[in-house]
Amino acid sequence: MKELKLMKGNEAIAEAAIRAGADAYFGYPITPQSEVLEYLMSEKPYEKTGMVVLQAESEVAAINMCYGGAAAGRKVMTSSSSPGISLKMEGISYMAGAELPCLILNVNRGGPGLGTIQPSQADYFQATKGGGHGDYRMLVLAPSSVQEMADFASLGFELAFKYRNPVMVLADGIIGQMMEKVWLEEQKTRLTHDEIVKQCPWATTGRTPDRKRIAVTSLELDSGKQELHNHKLQAKYKQMEEEEIRYEEIQCEDADYLFVAFGSSARICQKAVDIARQKGIKVGLLRPITLFPFPSKQIARLAPHLKGILVVEMNAGQMIEDVKLSVCGKIKVEHYGRMGGIIPVPDEIVENLKTKIIGG
Amino acid sequence: MSSLSINEIIKPENLVYSKTSLMLDRPLSYCPGCGHGTAHRLIMEVVEEMGIQADTLGVAPVGCSVLAYEFLDIDMQQAAHGRAPAIATALKRLMPEKFVFTYQGDGDLAAIGTAETIHACNRAENFTIIFINNGIYGMTGGQMAPTTLPGMRSSTSPYGRDTVIMGNPLKITELVAQLPGTYFVTRQAVHTPVNVRKTKKAIMKAFESQKLQRGISFVEIVSNCNSGWKMTPLKANKWMEENMFPFYPLGDIKVDGQLIVKS
Repeated sequence: MKELKLMKGNEAIAEAAIRAGADAYFGYPITPQSEVLEYLMSEKPYEKTGMVVLQAESEVAAINMCYGGAAAGRKVMTSSSSPGISLKMEGISYMAGAELPCLILNVNRGGPGLGTIQPSQADYFQATKGGGHGDYRMLVLAPSSVQEMADFASLGFELAFKYRNPVMVLADGIIGQMMEKVWLEEQKTRLTHDEIVKQCPWATTGRTPDRKRIAVTSLELDSGKQELHNHKLQAKYKQMEEEEIRYEEIQCEDADYLFVAFGSSARICQKAVDIARQKGIKVGLLRPITLFPFPSKQIARLAPHLKGILVVEMNAGQMIEDVKLSVCGKIKVEHYGRMGGIIPVPDEIVENLKTKIIGG
Repeated sequence: MSSLSINEIIKPENLVYSKTSLMLDRPLSYCPGCGHGTAHRLIMEVVEEMGIQADTLGVAPVGCSVLAYEFLDIDMQQAAHGRAPAIATALKRLMPEKFVFTYQGDGDLAAIGTAETIHACNRAENFTIIFINNGIYGMTGGQMAPTTLPGMRSSTSPYGRDTVIMGNPLKITELVAQLPGTYFVTRQAVHTPVNVRKTKKAIMKAFESQKLQRGISFVEIVSNCNSGWKMTPLKANKWMEENMFPFYPLGDIKVDGQLIVKS
């Protein structure tokens, strides 16, 4: 039976991961996401479902522990916040290269450098355009509620295994820290070793007499073969673009103007839509739920009916590049962003819609 | 006295030694005279004799043995540089019934992966670390390693390792032996038949000790790198005996969780 609880976003994704039948979580403390590890340690899922929970010596070790578990066909998860995610980038690139499934939560804080512990969306480029070395992509899910933090645990695992690729949940300090009511799924049973052997023929589960040895690696020194491997990866990313785009449209049917925003910014824009409409400005909101793949076609479809788009982000202007590419210069696209951990309020967003789009 | 024909010699009853079937039939990527091939073979002989091929998982490093998984007929994962102990930690915790080992060189284990090494040892993870120490970065072309001896030449210490400028060689094996999470720590070599036998015994003991769940079993193998040292294989072995062994003395350092006290 589903269960209704009042939880922080960080706790919700931790609880949802246990319920999704996760095999292991490896993490390292960093604000504002330490509750994930704290919650798991206090819940002791290793006594209930057998899920391994371990505080690693660093983010680097944690992501490599994920590599080890994932390469054995296990459902593994790690979480961190911006500076820690930077440290994980090497491991993420290796996992993309070796085609390993993993759920990675980034509770984005302000940067660059040690930055601030306050919320930010400045890791959009890092999450969607690479971050680590080499030509690879992660599937990126952007929750805008505590409910979605919970929902994206099981969805994240599902997509990670469907594509054998790391999946990132890109949240921010607001989503991680705020409390909301959340419906939690029933406890799923973890797969047995034998089930994993059957479902993951690519995994290092032990070289039994009925099959050849398995080597999980991202190394291929033969350039021809390495290029072929890259083509295979690119085909996979293309398939993601065809099958996995997720977004939400709010009051777009009659809209003259459009906000495009993800995560917390989208929640704030929802209020801005209401305020603007009370003033007679017909504005809608398109909220990308997947940041990669990006809902370009959906934005392009709306564009002919719009007079302009305001992209609202808690950064200096990152997703706006994808929005501009979506509309190919056909309509006006401007950006409104706050940085350094400052959260915009709905009124200033409406004000900027007026000055940058309507009056500009 | 008539001489024997080749067919009369090659008979099962005359067989004194054969390559373990767990070493795959492909040419090793190592230089002639290098100890890696012997170390690989010994691990596979142990796995074969223990009958644990299906239950053994190996982790290959970055370095000369990056392609170890090409030669060993077991399931393996290739790790990022230095991260093998983190990978092995996850493997063993998720599958405690498996035998898990990492195979790491000195740069991998004692420089870039120092944190992973120390913490896996200190957490008393129940896997085996095989540490090949040849005092140099072999694959990248003979650069200074954390275990390069004082005064020893390398491509990044071309006038010899000056410890004032470049720091001291790290005796990481003695260091991990101090940690409560290590159960068996030993240093061996594979350049003579006697040493090969001792090393095989040590690897067997290391794998057997995984059953006890008492912590890390750590086998250092001091090895030559005739290419990196720019010596013939024979000269390299002699140089190793005269220079490496006094600094890295062979023998058990910790047995059954107890440090060996040398009088």
